[in-house]
Amino acid sequence: MLGWIDTIVQGVLLGGLYAMFAMGQSLIFGVMRLTNTAHGDFIILAAFGAFSLALAVGLPPAAAPWLALGLMLPIAFAAGYGLQRVVLNRTLGRDPLPSLVVTFGLAIVIQNLLQEIYSADPRSIESGGLNTASVSLGGGLAVGTLPLLIFVIAVAMAIGMQLLFDRTPIGRAFRAVSDDKDAAELMGLDHRHVYALATGIAFLLVAVAGTLHGMKTTVSPADGPALLLYAFEAVIIGGMGSFYGTLAGGIILGVTQAIGFRFDPGWGIWFGHIVFLAMLVFRPSGLFPKTR
Amino acid sequence: MTPHALTAPQFDVSRATTASRAGAVVGLLLLVCLATFPFWADAGWMREFNEMACYLIFAMMWNLLAGYGGMVSIGQQAYLGLGGYALLAMGNFLGVNPFVAVPIAAVLTMLVALPVSQIAFRLQGGYFAIGTWVIAEVFRLSVANVSAVGGGSGTSFTALRGIDKATRQSVTFWLCLAGAAASVALVYWFLRSRQGLALLAIRDSEIASESQGVNVRATKLGVYLVAAFGAGLAGALYFLGNLRISPDAAFTVNWSAFSIFIVLIGGIGTIEGPIIGVILFYLLNKFFSDYGTWYLVGLGLLAIVVTIKFPRGLWGWLSHRFDLHFFPVQRRLVLREPDKEISHD
Repeated sequence: MLGWIDTIVQGVLLGGLYAMFAMGQSLIFGVMRLTNTAHGDFIILAAFGAFSLALAVGLPPAAAPWLALGLMLPIAFAAGYGLQRVVLNRTLGRDPLPSLVVTFGLAIVIQNLLQEIYSADPRSIESGGLNTASVSLGGGLAVGTLPLLIFVIAVAMAIGMQLLFDRTPIGRAFRAVSDDKDAAELMGLDHRHVYALATGIAFLLVAVAGTLHGMKTTVSPADGPALLLYAFEAVIIGGMGSFYGTLAGGIILGVTQAIGFRFDPGWGIWFGHIVFLAMLVFRPSGLFPKTR
Repeated sequence: MTPHALTAPQFDVSRATTASRAGAVVGLLLLVCLATFPFWADAGWMREFNEMACYLIFAMMWNLLAGYGGMVSIGQQAYLGLGGYALLAMGNFLGVNPFVAVPIAAVLTMLVALPVSQIAFRLQGGYFAIGTWVIAEVFRLSVANVSAVGGGSGTSFTALRGIDKATRQSVTFWLCLAGAAASVALVYWFLRSRQGLALLAIRDSEIASESQGVNVRATKLGVYLVAAFGAGLAGALYFLGNLRISPDAAFTVNWSAFSIFIVLIGGIGTIEGPIIGVILFYLLNKFFSDYGTWYLVGLGLLAIVVTIKFPRGLWGWLSHRFDLHFFPVQRRLVLREPDKEISHD
């Protein structure tokens, strides 16, 4: 019994990480219906970026990753804004092909550049023991401090993004261009700028997710596609347009995988995919759909 | 003679061009020449040809699916791998002659695609693309857990053991050549048929074509199944030539990456495009693949630049510039007299 509770708890925490991967994807899709197939690779890029920055700042490992993340945030926002403004805005339209091909091309470029710079060896961001520390929940249960922290940050992200979307002027602009780009334009919104802001914010989320992922486990240049698929599954399971939905989707996926892994390590990921496909069949609009 | 003004203009529907007639003759001659390859050519050349033939078949089918059907998939490797494994299972476990098993493997793949399409069609646009990728991953992980076919590390085609090397190489080559020619012919025929016309209408406007009586769902399903058949054929042929199969090689997303590259460079939504694309891909591969990761970075960048700056691809540009159509799928109205031509594409 305790074993099962442990599995579920670990799955929930893993789900927090997946939800974190998915937040940026959820935002970009919600605002501009763009499917970014390089999303997972951007997370891995952020992880390697944090890895190098943490080495470069020369602080003790307990502090270095956090400073690295702090330094990376403005870079990530600028990169996201610029990428959207210069490249991705040109690919948007009725036809999904250009944006898919361009982001897929970016994915291949990122993977191979990372491989060239860092080689294929897996690496991890040194966090001064945080990744091995644990918190006791009583009753013989313990959870890792870092996974718990990741989960808390993921929940905060979901609440923050939902508030940003629902309550702030920039969120109103996001909803306006999402509902009707041309009408929003008539009201004086420049949709190219609004799209770029959305991608900039998505890249902030990606930077946080990448850094924490790199602290929690090892990363290697070819990991991106798997993360993309998890993020995508979390968004679809949760329902498009709702950040709480994305959080729930990530948790469901995490728990499902954890249960699968418990049965057989070879089938964990498979089981997650199957639950996602079953969801498509039985509830194609997800658990908490908002936008269509 | 009645005056022109009083009669409706008489016209013929022209479906061929000068280029298409000349091209058909040259194409057939080329095919005959290629068919003599096993009698004089180097085994290494034949292997290279086989590989490119498989890329051509796979890219041709991706082009049909995405370029004509509007279904951009990143998961067609699901059917490629399945074709390979179907061939393996028939040859190794059921004792079917491996060469005979090739078309059967393609048909089996198509049968699997029928139920799978019901899941994939729940998603649209960009989400269809990633959803099909998830499905391909499910296939890969499933096969990797089956120890009878060697699990994650794969296995060899023991069914080919009794066949001598020269026969095996020649027959594999002919099958690849026939498969490539047949896939071009199949797509050409499909696009010229009623269903093809319906498909082109759907590509231009799904709603308008539906209101004209086109069954959008059935047409899309038809395309999806044909594309799965072709991908299965490519997979069976590829792993027949390779003698070995593993889940990572069979279900890798690289298949999709390369076919997207081939189709876009050559010209999406044309039949000539994938043919030109595969030749370019072969040449790039030949001269630059030694650069490893930098070569792949280059391919990725090229795909991005072509998509944004030259969305028609090389053939799209050429055919537009010189009004050249080797595989005309459009119908042109030709007035009987005065002899004026109304192009309608």
